[in-house]
Amino acid sequence: MEAMMFLLVCVSSAAAQLCAPDSPHSYKVRLSIKTALGDDARDVPFQAMLAFAMRTAGDGQNYNVSNILVCDETPRVSFWFVVTSPLDQTLVDRGQVEEAVRKSRNRINSAFLLTDKTLEFLGIPPTLASPVPPDTPPWLIVFGVVMGAVGAGIVLLLVTSVLQKRRKKKKDQTGIEDDEEEPRVKENGAASDGVYNRSFSDDERLTQM
Amino acid sequence: MGKTNDSEVEERPKWDNKTEYMLTCIGFAVGVGNVWRFPYLCQIYGGGAFLIPYLIALVFEGLPLLYLEMAIGQRLRMGSIGVWNSISPLLGGVGIASMIVSFLVSIFYNTLLAWVMWYFFHSFQNPLPWSQCPLNDNLTGYNEECVKSTPANYFWYRETLNITPDIDNSGSLHWWLVICLASAWCVVYICFIRGIQSIGKAVYVTTTFPYLVLTIFLIRALTLPGATDGLVYLFTPDWEILKNPQVWLDAATQIFFSLSVAFGGLIAFSSYNEERNNCERDAVLVGVINSATSLYASISIFSILGFKANSAYNSCNEENILILTNHFEFSDQNITVENYDHWFKYLNRSYPGEVAGLDLKHCDLQTFLDQSASGTGLAFIVLSEAVVAMPGSQIWAILFFTMLFSLGLSSMFGNLEGALTPVNDLNLFPKWIPNELVTAIICLISFSTALIFTLGSGNYWFEIFNGYVGSVPLLIVALFEIIGIIYVYGMKKFSEDIYFMTGRKPNIFWKACWMVISPLMLLVVLVAYVVVQAQKRPSYPTWNPDYELFPKFEVKQYPDWVFAIIILLSLLPVISIPLVALYKLISCRMKKSSARALHSPYCNDGFQVEQEERKNRRA
Repeated sequence: MEAMMFLLVCVSSAAAQLCAPDSPHSYKVRLSIKTALGDDARDVPFQAMLAFAMRTAGDGQNYNVSNILVCDETPRVSFWFVVTSPLDQTLVDRGQVEEAVRKSRNRINSAFLLTDKTLEFLGIPPTLASPVPPDTPPWLIVFGVVMGAVGAGIVLLLVTSVLQKRRKKKKDQTGIEDDEEEPRVKENGAASDGVYNRSFSDDERLTQM
Repeated sequence: MGKTNDSEVEERPKWDNKTEYMLTCIGFAVGVGNVWRFPYLCQIYGGGAFLIPYLIALVFEGLPLLYLEMAIGQRLRMGSIGVWNSISPLLGGVGIASMIVSFLVSIFYNTLLAWVMWYFFHSFQNPLPWSQCPLNDNLTGYNEECVKSTPANYFWYRETLNITPDIDNSGSLHWWLVICLASAWCVVYICFIRGIQSIGKAVYVTTTFPYLVLTIFLIRALTLPGATDGLVYLFTPDWEILKNPQVWLDAATQIFFSLSVAFGGLIAFSSYNEERNNCERDAVLVGVINSATSLYASISIFSILGFKANSAYNSCNEENILILTNHFEFSDQNITVENYDHWFKYLNRSYPGEVAGLDLKHCDLQTFLDQSASGTGLAFIVLSEAVVAMPGSQIWAILFFTMLFSLGLSSMFGNLEGALTPVNDLNLFPKWIPNELVTAIICLISFSTALIFTLGSGNYWFEIFNGYVGSVPLLIVALFEIIGIIYVYGMKKFSEDIYFMTGRKPNIFWKACWMVISPLMLLVVLVAYVVVQAQKRPSYPTWNPDYELFPKFEVKQYPDWVFAIIILLSLLPVISIPLVALYKLISCRMKKSSARALHSPYCNDGFQVEQEERKNRRA
């Protein structure tokens, strides 16, 4: 009985010693509660999630809530935690914890309805979601549409202008016979009726003789 | 251009109505410079005070030159080369200089449209690609170059231009820019297919659309916080700045380049007018509308920039708040933007050492407002960042880039027309080639030459063309224009022409400007410009990710071969003026000596040249 008590005290004090801020095996977690409109019961769900993360990531050991030790909470709602191995109560290596957290980050976030920004693990950068590159970049689609319209417009305008020229040629050929008679008619008119030839007057201005 | 058969007198194309002519001229004058050069000048030269030298330059330099060009084009009814050959054969080179400048400017100006199209195509995505950094290779963070600068900078310099560290590294042709350039030239071609008939229709949209967008942006920006800060900043006059001669020089150059005189485009557009048209009223209208547009655009732009500065200031403060909250373990959102100052003072007093070690940024609204930019930097970096901050950013981005495209396209009409009309007047191509094909050939040649701007070093070449092609040669051409028309053609004859066209002779103001004030101003501006340029070895800012002070620009000097090209580009247009004069002198002398036996008492240079003219016209 006494041994049990002693062991318990030892464990709790050991636990207190194991989890210390800035210790090489501990990680700091920061929650932005007001920003995220979060909830009150943070500790137990947090420990549960982390235990789950360690279990899924890790080496097959059966982690549970008691293996996650939390300390040094502040009004900022940040705290340090360490993970102890269920087998031998030693602290689990940083690298393993990091890997576990990375893998299950989404789960942890969604359990708290928080995001990477509002639930921060200092020192474990979140794996950013890589955007899925679409098969055709969207700008090429817009380009295709615009160029298609412009190309169609060019072809249309060229074709219509060619047709117009052909029509005009035909009209000129039939109309040329009428034109030839006109000047003769004009010549028979009074001498004062003349067509004022502007180009001649222009020449006068330019010829400074 | 409608030269059909011999029985009809040469049929020059005509504007369908006066509105099309006015819209085309206004569109030519109003370009991207009104949006991204004038607001910048206003900002760095003491806001409201800059308007004084600007308006003085407009009245005494801009309007007289505008009136001169439009009147001579309307009277002589020919493109720039024909006009100059008519005035005096020795001055024919001025027309050729105009044509070369127009051609060179249209080559690099359309590259701008290609870039605008690229941004336009990318505005149909959510989120906008210049709003966030791409991830780096191992997906743990963002791309390093992007993080050091900003996402908008990264998108412009890396993803759009893929720029090389300096002009010596040419890089390779970038296929995405090549297809954007091809589409820009196709759009220009489709507007030019039917000559001024199609241009006249296109300008209904391209000239009016920017005003609509500027108004929409103004209304939207005024509803966002911080817009009034931008406006107050813009218009607060700093009267001291008027003592600096650089301000007057910049005002005069700005008005000159903004009105797009000396390109030959305005002469060409006016030549399609009817003979009796009140070109005095047209010129004053175009000049005044151009300046009013600059002012209106700067109001819009500065509302947006004020909003942007305000957003940046708020983000800066919020970052500081987060740092303080995290370090001192306060409850989340205890420190807010409002009580930040109070908290900061308290913490600084209690824990000065810790606070100093936190590396807090000093957030000052004035600093954010002072971040000025002009040119492509303003449009593609600063304003596109601002658009990202506005809710519904895709729509604003699409509107903004369509506006830039319209502004650029309507200016392209004038640029290319200044090159095309002389080509047609000179009969460089045989008659049986239809006009559509001539236009297509010119567009193809321009496109191939413009491929240089799609290289890795393309932006550096663009800045060279921008700075040297469209500056000194234009000033020289304008000087020759005003002296040639007033003193060689004759003030008396010109007054009579104007009396014939508008019904009254030009009043004392115009005469005084044309004979004395404007040539003097132009000469002073030209000399000052050349002196300022020649004082320092030209250098250029480069985007070099390996630079220690990156993201600041590393300023390098142009290598010698580039310097030689710069000199060539500046001299090439103007060299034609003395060359043509010499050629005409020599050929006339030779004709005189050979024809002496037949025509000796009557060998008159004017008569001989004019005979050629008649031959050309009847052909």
